[in-house]
Amino acid sequence: MTEVGKARLRSEDARLITGRTQWTDNLQLPGLCHVAFLRSPYAHARITRVDVEAAKSRPGVLAVFSGQDFADEQGSLPCAWPVTEDILIPDHPPMAVAEVRYVGEPVACVVARDRYAAIDALEDIDVDYQPLPAVTDMEQALRQSSDLVHGDLGTNQCYRLVVESGDVDAAFRDAPVTVERRYMQQRLIPTAMEPRAVVCQPDGDEFTMWSATQVPHILRLMLASVTGIGEHRIRVIAPDVGGGFGSKLQVYGEEVLLLLLAKRLGRPVKWTESRSEGNMTVHHGRDQIQRLTMAAEADGRIRGFKVDILSDMGAYLMLLTPGIATLGAPMFNGIYKMDAYSFTCTGVFTTKTPTDAYRGAGRPEATFGVERMMDELAAELGLDPLEVRRRNWIKHEEFPYTTITGLTYDSGNYEAATDKALALFEYDKLRAEQADRRERRDTVQLGIGVSTYTEMCGLAPSRALAQVRSAAGGWEHATVRVLGTGKVEVVTGTSPHGQGHDTAWAQITADALGVPFEDVKVLHGDTLIAPRGWDTYGSRSLTIGGIAVHNACQKVVEKARKVAAHLLEAAETDLDYANGSFSVRGVGGDGASMTLAEVAGATLSAHDFPEGVEPSLDSDATFDPENFSFPHGTHLCAAEVDTETGFVKIRSYVAVDDIGSVVNPLIVDGQVHGGLAQGIAQALYEEAVYDADGNLTTTTMADYLVPSAADLPAFVTDRTETPATSNPLGVKGVGEAGTIASTPAVVNAIVDALRQHGVRDVQMPCTPERVWRALREAFGEEPEGPGGAQPGAGGGLGSAQGDQEGGQG
Amino acid sequence: MIPPTFDYIRPSSIEEAVSALSQAGEDAKVLAGGQSLMPLLRLRLAYPDALIDLDRVESLRQIRSENGDLFIGAMATHHQVVRDPLVLEHAPLIAKATATVADPAVRHRGTFGGSLAHADPAGDLPAVALALDAVFVVRSVRGDREIPAADFFVDWMTSAMEPDELLIGVRVPKLGPGWGAHYEKFHRTAQAWAIVGVACAVRRERGAIEDARVALTNMGPAPVRATEVERFIEGRSVSENSFRAASERAAEGTEPPGDLHGSPEYRTHLARVLTARALTAAAAV
Repeated sequence: MTEVGKARLRSEDARLITGRTQWTDNLQLPGLCHVAFLRSPYAHARITRVDVEAAKSRPGVLAVFSGQDFADEQGSLPCAWPVTEDILIPDHPPMAVAEVRYVGEPVACVVARDRYAAIDALEDIDVDYQPLPAVTDMEQALRQSSDLVHGDLGTNQCYRLVVESGDVDAAFRDAPVTVERRYMQQRLIPTAMEPRAVVCQPDGDEFTMWSATQVPHILRLMLASVTGIGEHRIRVIAPDVGGGFGSKLQVYGEEVLLLLLAKRLGRPVKWTESRSEGNMTVHHGRDQIQRLTMAAEADGRIRGFKVDILSDMGAYLMLLTPGIATLGAPMFNGIYKMDAYSFTCTGVFTTKTPTDAYRGAGRPEATFGVERMMDELAAELGLDPLEVRRRNWIKHEEFPYTTITGLTYDSGNYEAATDKALALFEYDKLRAEQADRRERRDTVQLGIGVSTYTEMCGLAPSRALAQVRSAAGGWEHATVRVLGTGKVEVVTGTSPHGQGHDTAWAQITADALGVPFEDVKVLHGDTLIAPRGWDTYGSRSLTIGGIAVHNACQKVVEKARKVAAHLLEAAETDLDYANGSFSVRGVGGDGASMTLAEVAGATLSAHDFPEGVEPSLDSDATFDPENFSFPHGTHLCAAEVDTETGFVKIRSYVAVDDIGSVVNPLIVDGQVHGGLAQGIAQALYEEAVYDADGNLTTTTMADYLVPSAADLPAFVTDRTETPATSNPLGVKGVGEAGTIASTPAVVNAIVDALRQHGVRDVQMPCTPERVWRALREAFGEEPEGPGGAQPGAGGGLGSAQGDQEGGQG
Repeated sequence: MIPPTFDYIRPSSIEEAVSALSQAGEDAKVLAGGQSLMPLLRLRLAYPDALIDLDRVESLRQIRSENGDLFIGAMATHHQVVRDPLVLEHAPLIAKATATVADPAVRHRGTFGGSLAHADPAGDLPAVALALDAVFVVRSVRGDREIPAADFFVDWMTSAMEPDELLIGVRVPKLGPGWGAHYEKFHRTAQAWAIVGVACAVRRERGAIEDARVALTNMGPAPVRATEVERFIEGRSVSENSFRAASERAAEGTEPPGDLHGSPEYRTHLARVLTARALTAAAAV
């Protein structure tokens, strides 16, 4: 093994960084038309009339359609995860026909010769709406008296899932300690650098779609099932894609409509969203109310944990909407042992943008819940938060360990990761500084936050998906082709959108075949080139797709061995394969060895070939994992809290992750850094805010605050390597770990700084005003006026409303 | 996003620009660095008939000494202002505040005059101009006019300029020796607008504050001078206690807005805390 483990610069970066790649929006086709969507300005309204005539007559406009024009054809967008038998799944037309249920829902569209004409024409479409009541509060929505999002369903409750394990009543009966908390997971907007973009080209009755998607295979399958166009007549291409974070693990109405527009007009069509359009209509993430109760012994050992959550579906169920929160069901127990556990999840409809997967998907919510509760339990008992964790976590020698929720964690070493993190963090020194600042009553107080997380990723064993009623499969496919010159093509069913598979898969292949890294080309993201696969999400690519590549390489070697044995006139069992060359064991000199390239050349001509062997070294492998992957680690955050202003500054952050064996440490560091940024962003900055009428007030990046490098500390990252036992490379997923671990570490640090004053929680994002208010309330100085910031005009761009008077900007 | 349609005029001299502005009428907009106007156009929050682009009017980019004052041309970029030796020497408060504007990319395009004429109370420079008693030099076909900063910022994104007037530049009285300056900006992320900002310059003599200029960002529909703070602190000793006592008066006469990033009462509180910090930092110089 020489390539795996090497911190190679990514081979895709030169083209990405220099802009020498073709994003979907760069694509130009002869006769290409441009599409713009008119979107609902109401959270909830009946559509009584759509008049498109004026828009149609504008110069450059080719066609204008309302939802009614596609009513017979557009079908209903798919939900592939009906989590319970009695789940309510409302009809979800790609373009609204009779009723709109969130601000931003498509109502009509314009097709024009250029983007300018298309967008200008939107202003000439006349829609009459009859406003209906908005439903914006989950708890209110579940009351009998609530207005309904879907009148025909008769309720706003989408589903209710209950999972129990152990004797919960017994665990709570006479428990020496019980801690009860209510936490909010705010709504987040996944912010990929590349907005959504779709191009669809018709060719007779066949169609090629380019889409900035994470899931070309799923998209093709679903386009076929929604529209009735044969799957074999649709080709989907995901070119280089600029990030997704789950938001492009979706089958969007715009994708379906572009296909239908291309079909109806017989011309290629393109649509690219703007950032503010995307903020309203890319599926959102998180949005959960958690009611958590933990019972423990006096020494801190957990007896039982009750989890009761409300999960906001938004207005409709998209591809995985109902399932996301339920991914927390086997995860709220974290790395801890306990006697009993219950998980209740209620899905609720509201008149907001639908929610779905966002980096971590269900596990960040669960990890936040349990890691916050461990700190609360520690505070209740007067113990160090790490000590409470130590008393409860699964010990290294206890692996493999079947948890209270029935998952089997194959491996782990929480002790080693924690010890390493503590050393890097200088835990004792920071605790001393904290005590000193407290004593001095310093304006700036220091807090230390702990998160000893695990998560389940590598989604997923197909049988496990069936058990939770997901319609998807979880295997992954790879093809390895050895060309006549010995160069290698690897085809993968995973579909990278920033992860660096071109590099990592070539490293795996180079080692498995013993060929130079440069001799490997990785192909993906086109259903014509890579016809089989389940794409990229859930930190699955390496642990499933990478293993498929590895396994296909093994098959190539075995095929080549037969050919080499024939040509070298030796028994297969007498051949060693190393460094890309077969040699006859114990025989030296020329004529006793053969390179893979030589075998490939001999296979191409097939002039002298063994009897009964097909002249091809190409091999396929499909890998379906037997178990999930369970990365874990210890994250420590030191936060300085300005008690006068409420401002939180992260002073230092240490992340020690155990993701098993590492293929490329540079890529891993990148994943961890990005993950931390997003997890910290949830703790401190990001929130999608709706007003009481259901208007999204954070449609621009002036109001929806995404942090930049300037707002984040220099991360200290390190690893322990406890190999996974569920795959031959010993690897675990790393794509989401940083996001999952970091949010509670930051909030724990803030609360730790303020707990001396009686603060037990600060609602996320922990804005300066929220921190300030938490302190004021703890001091009994309730600030006058309404609590918390209200939606409304922000500074500058955010305040840009009304007349724009005499300015020179 | 795509802006609505507009006519585009690109004059190459001040005279051409003034003449174009006069002809274009009330619904024309002047385009300087575009860092505020372009987003408004792209979000279709502004629908001007015409854009008059000053990019080719090189003479508007000068920064010079003029009759004892500092004169900063309207089209001087933030990047230029931050590095200019005259600004650094005679109006360090401007350099300090400008360095906090957005990010390097924005500072390379955004202009001093553009941010002031935009008259956004959340912008950093209006309060600075107000604190320094700057004078705005505007020109139209009708002639030149000078508007003191105290009269320039009329209301939310509204200046005292007539629709046919062009901002040529700003005259800033030079601060002599003994002055210290500080801009205390409070924002949630590095690229976000100030929730509250405090522009402060003080002159120290023998352990006392002899002269103080304090103005607040985003504490009302226009930048506002904290006159009660100035009045209180003048003549008092340089000490934390006097700064704190003075800063208690910071929010007097303000009308702080409420938005996603801060409620009015939080801004009131911040104005007090940040004013104390700004005074302390300015007086330490």
